[in-house]
Amino acid sequence: MTKKIKNLKEFSLSNDRYEGGNLMCPGCSHNIIVREVLNATNDPVIVATATGCLEVCTAVYPRTSWDVSWIHIGFENAAVAIATASAAYEVLKRKGRLPEATQKMVDEGREPKFVAFAGDGGTFDIGFQSLSGAFERGHNFMYVCLDNEVYANTGGQRSSSTPIGAATTTSPAGKVSYGEKMMKKSMIEIMADHGAPYVAQVSPSKWKDLVKKVQKGFEVKGPVYINAQSACTTEWKHAPEDTIEVSDLGVDSCVWPLYEIINERDEHGIIYSTKLNITYRPKNKIPVEEYLAAQPRFRHLFKPENRHIIDLWQKAVDARWEYLQKREEAGV
Amino acid sequence: MAKKYELNEVEVWDGNMAAAQALRQAQVDVVAAYPITPSTPIVQNYSQFLADGYVDGDFIMVESEHSAMSGCVAASASGARAATATSSQGFALMVEVLYQASGMRLPIVLTVVNRALAAPLNVNGDHSDMYLGRDAGWINLCSYNPQEAYDLTLMAFKIGEDLDVRLPVMVHQDGFLCSHTAQNVKPLQDEVAIEFVGEYKPVNTMLDVSNPVTHGVQTEEDWHFEHKARQHNDLMNSPKVIKRVFEEFKALTGREYDFVYKYKMDDAEVAIFALGTTVESAEVAADRMREKGIKAGVVSLRVLRPFPFEQIQEALSGIKALAVMDRSAPGGTLGAMFNELSAAMLAKGESPIMLNYIYGLGGRDTTIDHLTEIFAQLDECAKAGERKYPLQQFIGLRGPKLSFY
Repeated sequence: MTKKIKNLKEFSLSNDRYEGGNLMCPGCSHNIIVREVLNATNDPVIVATATGCLEVCTAVYPRTSWDVSWIHIGFENAAVAIATASAAYEVLKRKGRLPEATQKMVDEGREPKFVAFAGDGGTFDIGFQSLSGAFERGHNFMYVCLDNEVYANTGGQRSSSTPIGAATTTSPAGKVSYGEKMMKKSMIEIMADHGAPYVAQVSPSKWKDLVKKVQKGFEVKGPVYINAQSACTTEWKHAPEDTIEVSDLGVDSCVWPLYEIINERDEHGIIYSTKLNITYRPKNKIPVEEYLAAQPRFRHLFKPENRHIIDLWQKAVDARWEYLQKREEAGV
Repeated sequence: MAKKYELNEVEVWDGNMAAAQALRQAQVDVVAAYPITPSTPIVQNYSQFLADGYVDGDFIMVESEHSAMSGCVAASASGARAATATSSQGFALMVEVLYQASGMRLPIVLTVVNRALAAPLNVNGDHSDMYLGRDAGWINLCSYNPQEAYDLTLMAFKIGEDLDVRLPVMVHQDGFLCSHTAQNVKPLQDEVAIEFVGEYKPVNTMLDVSNPVTHGVQTEEDWHFEHKARQHNDLMNSPKVIKRVFEEFKALTGREYDFVYKYKMDDAEVAIFALGTTVESAEVAADRMREKGIKAGVVSLRVLRPFPFEQIQEALSGIKALAVMDRSAPGGTLGAMFNELSAAMLAKGESPIMLNYIYGLGGRDTTIDHLTEIFAQLDECAKAGERKYPLQQFIGLRGPKLSFY
């Protein structure tokens, strides 16, 4: 059942199933994203979380921040965890063994939603095999990557989502280095190429866009991938109160383009058509330099010897934006 | 509803078919599995049962053993009965999640077909994988033949799911020598097996929307110790339930199981301790020694974890010499079973002369002649009243003899 949301005030007053007062850093985007995802529906939600900031900060025994059923197994298995919970639900429903209260909800047309949250380390790197397998098998779940482009929970090491030029604790800038050498992995296209019926990139700062995409994802059958931009006050090193501003700079510079890929597919994973939609088009596309300048993780790029990396950045972002627009125009 | 599988009073099954049939009769809700030799036929047989309508649960062919066990954990936390099968490298890949399964108190059943660990790569049987998982907080049951693999797999569900236990259970069988050796097996008819195993009554299921639960929390120095201590405590108290299930199974089938397995130990002066299929070979060897007037016996464990400390003390009480056979590379010390049995006898304050034999690695045959030679060495020690051989010897090894201490 799709929840109707009139405005931000009403949305922000939704009955929280993810409680504040947890141990996340002030200004952390993860908290905003998780609230926005869970509040996008009134149906029951079952959550799996990979090891990471979200997990260590929200379920420290004997307390929990979760008013929904929640499981954490390990770092690399959030996808298989949520996929198998979803499979177990289907089996128990078929066998008539769902708990009474759950059966009642199902009878009312309010089927539970299965959602995994994992960071980019748990998604792009160590959890990628489990993620790929779960998507190929076509289980019914949503996987949300809280993408802060770094192993924030373990002290800011590079991941395969860390973009070029970012200084991390394992790709530091130094006398002879400008930091990370490689541009990040294109996870959204990789997951779309798994034949997922719905894949999208979102930003917590564009909450309406985020909620709309999450609701679309909840409506389709099969595995859904959402890549959520998650500005990290600790590792991107901006001030906690600037989280939304930095997020907006990312979106308006097209470093974090907001778009979706819809694969029209059947239950066998056969795809009949693919469509890419850009869901947010900045009125004024700002230079990437402004986005980079807002984050001290890129501070060293503004030294004369590293300026060429900023130029590279702009070229990469322009090329990508061009590619997305071409795909959208071509309807593929 | 799954179809009833027509079974003869006696079937000819190998260990893999025996384990697969037990999983089918346990009406497992979710089997998440990945193939690996020599346990692959368990999941192949199970897939065929599903394809023919004999299974109404879900069978998920995942992309790794790590995901197989992770899937079992999530399914179990969701209130589903969950099980899988593996061997060797697959078991090694699962190890991280084995600890999570037991720490989260989920009664998953894992049928392990024991195989060597690489390198060098080897597909044949030894107990390296069994030893690798022995501290993982699972109940470990050991079978020596297909009948026992079947019986113990059925019992594993009833033991692990008991509300006083709530722990995962492994059932071990030897790669190839048990898993691929067809023997007579007397199965239970489906309805009898289903009634024996009983309906799974989950606790703290994630799928109860009226009672949200948090599984897999963080505990640091303030609570971690208490959790692990409680888990150990419940594992140590599980014999009450294991004993009860063994008794119920005996009442139903006449087949008797105990924590420690003994063969001709009543008057034995020398004994071999071994695990797996070697137990039956050792029995043949013991009979040959008895023909020569040597009072030989055999001891094994049916329950490896929790370790039946007192029963093993009692079983070994009064013998003069004991060979502890370890079928795993000892990695720089004495064999693990040798150390565990030594600890038991040290605590008892009396110990036979004890020798450690490393044998059968990577599927190397251990013959009756090897075993009678061990008995002969034990007899020599027993008669001399002292150890006449090195503490640790490798048997069946090509090239110069290898021994330590």
